[in-house]
Amino acid sequence: MMNKTSKTLDYVIRPGMTITGKWHKKSYLIKRKLGNGAIGSVYLCEMNGKQAALKISDKSSSMTMEVNVLKSLEKAQGNRLGPYLLDVDDWVTTQGNIYSFYVMEYVRGIPMADFIKGHGSEWVGVFMLQLLEDLGDLHQSGWVFGDLKTENLLVASSPPKVRWIDVGGTTQIGRAIKEYTEFYDRGYWELGSRRAEPSYDLFAFVMVFLSVYYPKRFQKGSNPKATLLKKMNDVKALKPYNNCLKKAILGRYHSSAEMKQEITDVLYHAQKGQRKKQQDNTGDTFPFVIESLGICIIALGYYLSSIIIP
Amino acid sequence: MKKGTLKQILLITDGCSNKGEDPAATAALAHQQGITVNVIGILDDDQTEDPEGLQEVEEIALSGGGVSQLVYKQALSQTVQMVTKQAMTQTLQGFVNTELKQILGSEQSMEDLEPEKRGEIMEVVEDLGETCDLEVLVLIDTSASMHDKLPTVKEALIDLSISLNSRIGRNRFSIYSFPGKRKDIDKVFDWSPKLDAVSTVFPKLTSGGITPTGPAIREAMYQFGKKSLLRSFRKNDEQDIENA
Repeated sequence: MMNKTSKTLDYVIRPGMTITGKWHKKSYLIKRKLGNGAIGSVYLCEMNGKQAALKISDKSSSMTMEVNVLKSLEKAQGNRLGPYLLDVDDWVTTQGNIYSFYVMEYVRGIPMADFIKGHGSEWVGVFMLQLLEDLGDLHQSGWVFGDLKTENLLVASSPPKVRWIDVGGTTQIGRAIKEYTEFYDRGYWELGSRRAEPSYDLFAFVMVFLSVYYPKRFQKGSNPKATLLKKMNDVKALKPYNNCLKKAILGRYHSSAEMKQEITDVLYHAQKGQRKKQQDNTGDTFPFVIESLGICIIALGYYLSSIIIP
Repeated sequence: MKKGTLKQILLITDGCSNKGEDPAATAALAHQQGITVNVIGILDDDQTEDPEGLQEVEEIALSGGGVSQLVYKQALSQTVQMVTKQAMTQTLQGFVNTELKQILGSEQSMEDLEPEKRGEIMEVVEDLGETCDLEVLVLIDTSASMHDKLPTVKEALIDLSISLNSRIGRNRFSIYSFPGKRKDIDKVFDWSPKLDAVSTVFPKLTSGGITPTGPAIREAMYQFGKKSLLRSFRKNDEQDIENA
């Protein structure tokens, strides 16, 4: 059904055309398609020379729920968490069909996996901390992200910062997760329920970083838990974080802050370890050992001579 | 508003009915009784998205007030839970729309409201969907062609119970298969809040070419009525326990 909808939308909406809202009468020039969500499609559009992202769908009720989420996020946290909302309206085609749409900030960036491949694995830790901080804030305000996956994350540039672009799955804590993707869903891996709680997001968080190194994903096999832990152990770049990631997969963290603290510790120790190693490598220790050994022998000589000669 | 129980029949099939009443008619009958009929048509891997013999799927769901979806078996799990939830929202929205019409006049529906007001109403619908009780009777076609699809169906149903049991509201599931040995449908799994134990009792295949979808829906409809008497006793028991 999802494919059908976006296909028919592709016939109706073409780059170069203008969409005018039924209620607020604002016009948007469609530039190009940015992607498909679980409901509806997202287009890059322009209004008064400013670029924005426009999401449109024939499922009015689902769109309304998404708008509700964006609005409550704005109320709770300012604009930092989700993309900020610019307009909500309906579009009536010349044939009389009604589509719902909303317009939001256009987040420019590149997929996280591409960024890490281009700039190196040292960014993994940075993005982990950024994501955990944002998740922590979201959880604090009573929400769970739900459909956390690589497709919903972009790295915006200068300074590199992970941003969320689709908040369709965001669910109030304590309810059933609204939208999810199997690979990132702990229910699918038989490692927990689909109740919205911070640990649900933390599980998906681990899967996000796994999917950076397994772009083609992998099957869950007959023992999902074992498969998952094995696949995680096989990634060299994730080794330092293995303990934390494992705890998140098994649902042992109750808050993002807890996990963030442990990841911070890992990063801190990793740096310290590196520094120590560097010192070792300079090779200053050998002369130092010889010197102290010599002093000891001389001291021992004096001591013995003081015993023998009264 | 008093919280009621939503009743759904979830029909999972891969072919056309060929015996007994028109399934669309019995679905309409069930809808009249306050039961929503959802239909999932499973496609074979080599089938296109508009196969012959599965047009019926949409008609049944339309007259049953529910949601229909054709799907390849790989995507069954997510489809089953999406269809169930969509149908819940649809039914609840129907209730809310009727209430709205009483308040705003007969010509008003949700689409005629400004997006801002729509938001407030959807919040109510969402709250109801999260907290209402739900009863799902799963009706599985076990004719020979379903052979390689049944394991996937089983997984999808266990997955459905994970999803629905994450809600605040209570759930009850039961599973029936058709065609039955002597009757139109056979009971596979009696009303229960969870489907975890379903693995052991999953339906065996029946050979033979009959697919009495219409009569099966009619029989399924009666299972809601039968059970309600029994359940009212159980409910009282539960309350006693809670009081104690």
